[in-house]
Amino acid sequence: MSLQDKISLKDRVAIVTGARRGIGAATSIMLAEAGADVALVCLHPDSPEIKELAEKIRGMGRKTLVIGADVSKKPDVDAIVAKTLAEFGKIDILVNNAGTFASQTLLESTEEEWQAALDINLKSCYLCSQAVAAQMMPRKQGTIINVSSIESMKVFRGKAETYPVSKAGMHLVTRGMARELGAYNIRVNEIAPGYINTESMKAKWDEMAPANQWRGVPPLARMAEPEEVAAVIAFLASDAASWVNGEIIAVDGGTLC
Amino acid sequence: MNTCDLFSLKDKVAIVTGARRGIGASTGIMMAEAGADVCISDIDVSTGELEQVAEKIRQTGRRALAVKVDASSRADWETMVAQTIKEFGKIDILVNNAGGGRGGTLLTCPEPDWDFTFNVNLKSVYLGCKIVVPYMKTQKKGNVININSVESLRAVLDHSHPYAVTKSAMTAVTRGLARELAKSGIRVNEIAPGSIRTEMMRHFWSKPDFQERMKSSPMWGRMAEPEEVGSVAVFLASDAASWVSGATIVVDGGALC
Repeated sequence: MSLQDKISLKDRVAIVTGARRGIGAATSIMLAEAGADVALVCLHPDSPEIKELAEKIRGMGRKTLVIGADVSKKPDVDAIVAKTLAEFGKIDILVNNAGTFASQTLLESTEEEWQAALDINLKSCYLCSQAVAAQMMPRKQGTIINVSSIESMKVFRGKAETYPVSKAGMHLVTRGMARELGAYNIRVNEIAPGYINTESMKAKWDEMAPANQWRGVPPLARMAEPEEVAAVIAFLASDAASWVNGEIIAVDGGTLC
Repeated sequence: MNTCDLFSLKDKVAIVTGARRGIGASTGIMMAEAGADVCISDIDVSTGELEQVAEKIRQTGRRALAVKVDASSRADWETMVAQTIKEFGKIDILVNNAGGGRGGTLLTCPEPDWDFTFNVNLKSVYLGCKIVVPYMKTQKKGNVININSVESLRAVLDHSHPYAVTKSAMTAVTRGLARELAKSGIRVNEIAPGSIRTEMMRHFWSKPDFQERMKSSPMWGRMAEPEEVGSVAVFLASDAASWVSGATIVVDGGALC
């Protein structure tokens, strides 16, 4: 198999959650560029952004489908799988990207805030992986990529918070499923992005930067573009990563090392 | 830029040490496939293997330079780098792959074996970076990839030995340089392969009990081929990994997780 063939995702079918903007949107475009048809999952299927994204993917000659869903609810997740199968007939790639950056300190958070963070960021990953893996296992083919955060690996603001806890939980979803699904030739990996130039991140970056100048700010002192994360997801989704399984790759320009 | 362009190494110049076979050979050939001119080196050129690898690189339409190098010798590095600059004009990618080991457990290992192992695995990386990085700094762009091992992360052989110690130390080289060189536009990463079907590993994988153990490995009970590490090296060297630095990418099919 040539290197080009290994990188190609020609005729694969991908589901990307939280596809409306940021990393999810960039990933959807990159997977389509590599040859995949993409189901775009988001909370606001009527928003202009998602329609524009779907148009862009069709313009590349790939098929796409916009699915409105709350990925923290099982009936919604079952519907994502059913709709994708009805349209494309199979699922090869799942990118669990949906999430919220809303974060409260554990000592001050309400039970509802805790529940919301865990549901949106972690339960969604569990529900989508469970539903999609059930489709991948009989075919003995597939790959799942979870999007966590470098905040799952280090305390950046000096306090225990809901967001990092929900993302840290993802590590063992990734690793456990990597081992369990490896026997079915399904790879499960995770990327932990640093600060990315997305709307919801900019506010955090401004708040973070002064307090962490010596350590928390990436050596290149910039936020990364969503495409720089999407490219790593495209690599993990491809056969070029055929022996990469259960890995957590920090995409942070070296912040954590 | 489409996805395949993102993984392209077109017109880059790479140096790969320990390249007469195994991971080094695969990496050299795959980087050429991705568009790079490659200087390959090895301590043993008597077998004709290194020249065969050079021939395979030339068959991709790229230029190759095959040099006899003891990677623990400063003089050999200086000669190789001078030759590469003379032939190709620059160095964009350095893959520190040469390595090996001697000695049993630390408790019985003779001192010369400890020294030998440190020289070939660790001093080689130090020398390579020291001599090559200045060329990368002048162009404010470059890429160092160190080939590590899962033995740096866990005591996978159930006993101590110098090889694992050198590989753990390599991680500190990778991380320290990643932070130091980020400002110069140079990324430094490492790959930690598990059991790969290489000649160096033959004494492990040819044993029946090893093959028995492999069956319980998560990914189909198989060993990986060197190309499955080479493709990760190409990814790290490419712009697809533009925000990946200081990372250790485990390429073991999920065995460690």
